[in-house]
Formats: sequence, C-alpha cells, structure tokens
Amino acid sequence: MTAPGLHLTRVGGARRIVIGSRSGRLSLRMPFRSALAGTGLLLVSLGVSLVSLTSGDFPVPVADVLKSLIGQGDAGTDFIVQELRLPRVLITLLVGAAFGASGTIFQGLTRNPLGSPDFVGLTVGAATGALVVILLLGGGGFGVAIGAIAGCLATAVAIYLLAFRRGVQPFRLVLMGIGVSALLEAANSYLIYRAQLDEAVAAQVWLIGSTNGRGWTEVTLVGVAVVVLLPIVLYHGRHLDMLALGDETATLHGVPVERSRAVLALSGVGLAAAATAAAGPIAFVALAAGPLAGRLTRSPHAGILPGALMGAALLSVSDWLAQHAWPGGDIPVGNVTAALGGIYLTWLLVHERRRVA
Amino acid sequence: MSTNDPRLQTETLTLAYDKRVIVDRLDVRIADGSFTVIVGPNACGKSTLLKSLARVLKPRAGAVLLDGQAIASYPSKQVAKRLGMLPQSPVVPGGIVVEELVARGRFAHQKLLRQWSPEDEAAVAGAMRQTEVTDLADRFVDELSGGQRQRVWLAMALAQQTPILLLDEPTTFLDLSHQFEVLDLCADLHEQGRTIVAVLHDLNHACRYATELIVMKDGAVLAQGAPAEVMTEDLVERVFSMPCRVMNDPETDTPMVVPASRERRRAGSSRVSA
Repeated sequence: MTAPGLHLTRVGGARRIVIGSRSGRLSLRMPFRSALAGTGLLLVSLGVSLVSLTSGDFPVPVADVLKSLIGQGDAGTDFIVQELRLPRVLITLLVGAAFGASGTIFQGLTRNPLGSPDFVGLTVGAATGALVVILLLGGGGFGVAIGAIAGCLATAVAIYLLAFRRGVQPFRLVLMGIGVSALLEAANSYLIYRAQLDEAVAAQVWLIGSTNGRGWTEVTLVGVAVVVLLPIVLYHGRHLDMLALGDETATLHGVPVERSRAVLALSGVGLAAAATAAAGPIAFVALAAGPLAGRLTRSPHAGILPGALMGAALLSVSDWLAQHAWPGGDIPVGNVTAALGGIYLTWLLVHERRRVA
Repeated sequence: MSTNDPRLQTETLTLAYDKRVIVDRLDVRIADGSFTVIVGPNACGKSTLLKSLARVLKPRAGAVLLDGQAIASYPSKQVAKRLGMLPQSPVVPGGIVVEELVARGRFAHQKLLRQWSPEDEAAVAGAMRQTEVTDLADRFVDELSGGQRQRVWLAMALAQQTPILLLDEPTTFLDLSHQFEVLDLCADLHEQGRTIVAVLHDLNHACRYATELIVMKDGAVLAQGAPAEVMTEDLVERVFSMPCRVMNDPETDTPMVVPASRERRRAGSSRVSA
C-alpha cells in the first residue's frame, strides 16, 4: 500500500519523490532532484523579487514591504511598493515564466536546444508587429501589445506553412525559423531606418526589451496568458516527455501525437506572444531556461515547470542587476539578458561540439 | 462482429507510402492467444503490416479492427492499454537513463493526478527483471550496446502490460544466446495468455516458436497456418526463390529449413530431393 503523504522511492538507483494519498488514487511523481531544484528556483525568484521591492531611490524595510503587500502599510509605502515597484516585479516573474515555459516547449517539440521562440523568429515577428504599430500607425501602449501578439501569431503560421512538407520535420522547422527570423530582422531595421528620430529611439528601446515603465495593463496581459496557458501545457507536460522519444514510440504508448503537439505549440506561441507584448523581445531567457533547468535537474530536457521557474529566476536576477548593478542605474533588462545569453550560447555551442566530436 | 472474430484483424487493408502501394486489400486474422510469426523476403510488407496493426501507419484504404472496431476510432490510450509494439529502430533519446525510459512505458496506465502506483512500480521492476536490464537501471540509454538497448526497448514494451504484443524483428542486434532468450521470453508471455505477433527473419526460429505462421510475399499472404503444415520446400522456393530442404528439427520436432548448397543452386536445379 502507498503510505499517505510524501515519500521517497528508489527504483534502480534514481531517487524519486512520490506524493500520494492513502487510497493511492492521487499520486504525483517526480525525480527528487526536480522537486529540489524547482523549490530552489521558486525561492530565488521570490527572494529577489522581495529584495527588488525594498530597494531603489526610497529604500523600504522588508517588514514594511510585507505589511504593504497584505494591505496594512501606510499610504506612502503603499504608493512606492504597490504602484511603482510591484507591477515591475510581477511582470518580471510572469514574463520570465512565460518565456521559460515557451522555450522549454519548443525545444522539446523540435528536439533541438536552438529551437526556442527567440531563435526561430517568433519574438522577432512579435517585434515586427510592434514596430508597425509604433512607427506606421503611431500607436502606443496597448496597441503595441496587440501588434506584438498579431506579429507573433502571423510568424508562427508562416513558419509552419513554409516548413510543411508532408508533415513537419522538427529540424526543418528550426532552419525555416532561423531563415524567417533573419528576414524579419531586416524588415525591422528598415522600419527603424525610415522612422523619425524620436520614434526610432522609442522603437529601438522597445526592441531591447524592458520591464521598466510597464503598469497593471501589461501585468494583466501576461498574467492572463500564464494563468490560462500554463495549466494547459503542464497537463501536456508528460506528453512532451513522450514526444521526445519520437512520434512512433509516443503513438504506441497512447499519446495523441498530432493533437498534443498542436496544443503544446499553440500554447507556446501564446505564451511567447504575451510575454513579448508585455516586455518586448527580451533575449535569451527562452533559449537558456530549459537547458539550464535540465542541467540543474540532471534530466535529458527539463520539465515545463522547472523551465518556467528557471525563466522567472533568470529574469528576476537580471532585472535586479539591470536596476542596481550598473553605475548610473536602470538599463533595460534586455541588455543584461543579451550579455548573459551571449556567454551562455558560446558555452553551449562549445559544449555541444565537444559532445558530437 | 461475429462471435468467432479474433481481437485483431484487417479488412481489405491497403497500405502505401506516397504512391507506392505496399499492401493491397489484405484480409488477415491474428488468432487470439496465438504466437503468430510473420515471415517473408525483404520489402514484402511484413513490417509495414505490423506498423499498421499498431496504428503507427494509417491505412490508405480498409481498416485494422481491434475488438471489432476500427483501431483509428479508439482514443489513443485505449489502444495502448490493449496493444503494444517493439518498433524496429526507435529514436534513441539522449541523456535518459534506462529506468526512466522503462517507466515511461507506463504512460497509458497513468493519469494527471495518478502518476505513479504500486502497479506501475511492479510492472517496471518486473519488465526490467524479465529482460535482464535491472543492473543497467542507472546507465544512459544512448551509451548502451545495440543488444542492451534492444532489451531496454523490450522492457519498455513489456511494462505497458498489453494483452497483445507486436514485435518487429526483436532478435536484431542480439547474439545467439540473447536471441533465444528473447524468443523464450516471448514464448513465456504467450504461455501466460498473451497474443504475440512477431516479424522474424530466421525461418528456423519462426518454425520453432510460432503456433501460427503468416508467409508474405509482395504484400500478399501466401500461406497461413501451423509451421508443420505451412513450411514446405515448395513454399520456401516460391517465396524466397531459393531451393532448400525442409527437415525435422531434431531438438524440437518442428520443420527446419536447410538451404541448398552453392553448387546445387548454381546447377540451377529448382528441386532438391532429399
């Protein structure tokens, strides 16, 4: 009989944690390291967020921040914490989680560490949509977000159709995505070249990706996407594990391959679109979150939840660095992630090359 | 569905890759509780047939019937609980250990909120024991030898615990003793009441282990029945274009196919008398 509560099992040598009810009707199972890593990443994300709420031009003690969060702060503290800092902290967490989950999904579906949305052109397409709104339609705020989402979805459809040849080969999808991405980069540069100077600067800042100056509208946008889509993709998380074994094996073991893949891909596009709409095409979080989480959990590819938590942790830390680690303060977080991501990508390529050789 | 229909059969099944038709309007019945072995020359459509029986390959026309209903009409998990298959060359995933791969064989039996049960535990441990991969539990699958890997995939299929098990050339990559271990294991599973359908290349293995042989050529079934009735010199020559003698296997009292010598075959004699 399964003991109630929480226990460790050992099959062969790998330790797993099983959380179960006495009847055995409810049981969740995951590798012990995944549970440990997930908890750690969550604590890092929340810890850094709390620090971000306390620090800034007007330092607020942790106790006062907590008081304000549970609705017992004074008016001044409430304004600083809830109006100035909380939206940014929430956006950072949500956008990081959305990019992390989306990246993990696409890397799983394409069975390729380079198959993440910021590499196969999804976020670039979102940027094109946003630039069209900023530069050609003269829109801002919510209009930019809508433009980004439309651009991202249109790009996804285009890549899928271009890569389709009697079904979609994962590798073909990645290559096609990189091609489309290059094309859209050119379009983006052209749009900026044509623009007035002040508009061009605004557009360029948007392109770097930042969580600064965003408000509750953006929080709601990405929050809704995460609340709706994350449970859907987590439900299909085990399908993603099976799809990694190939379509044939997945089918044999009862995965509705076509449907699961469509649900995962569409949700992944939705998460990437919402995240980009809220904070701009922040580089490398989607690319790096999955593989880093996989390394931490010592599994072939990270689960979606560890990937999302890793994304949230990466972006929280990056955003804190962007605000406080630079003399003169507050640079766009996209600069920080791009720098960190460049280091990561170099390391990844060197490492992959060694493994193949 | 009449009462004496078997659980697994095909109905005017046509299989094709693009425009190349491999199997044309085939009706074949897999006897319940049989150890059916499909033999035939390369490219005769035997693996293609097996893939369609496991609904990995969708028919161009006709249908595969599982328990009287088109297999495509079932929810995917329903089929996976009744019918499993060891594919010929599955994708080898990187960075996954043996125990984890075998555990994924329990997918069809699990639910979102019931991800691991004592039955899962027992099925995985049992499958690993039967295929003798327990000692490999912590090894990475992509670092194993071909033979070890084949046994791991078999363990994953066994963990699925389906009443019908299809095997596509299960003895490939294995040395002589491991070939017979796998065949013995199939015979054990058959004795425990499972229906086994295997594609084999070696006619003598087929004759020793099969309760029912299906002999295919050019996408059609030329003969079906017990090895002793089906396996004749005539048939082997017709199917493989190869003169040979069929003798009694002294160990098992089943037909044993001995190819004619090179000289005799060169002499062009189409019949070889004993």
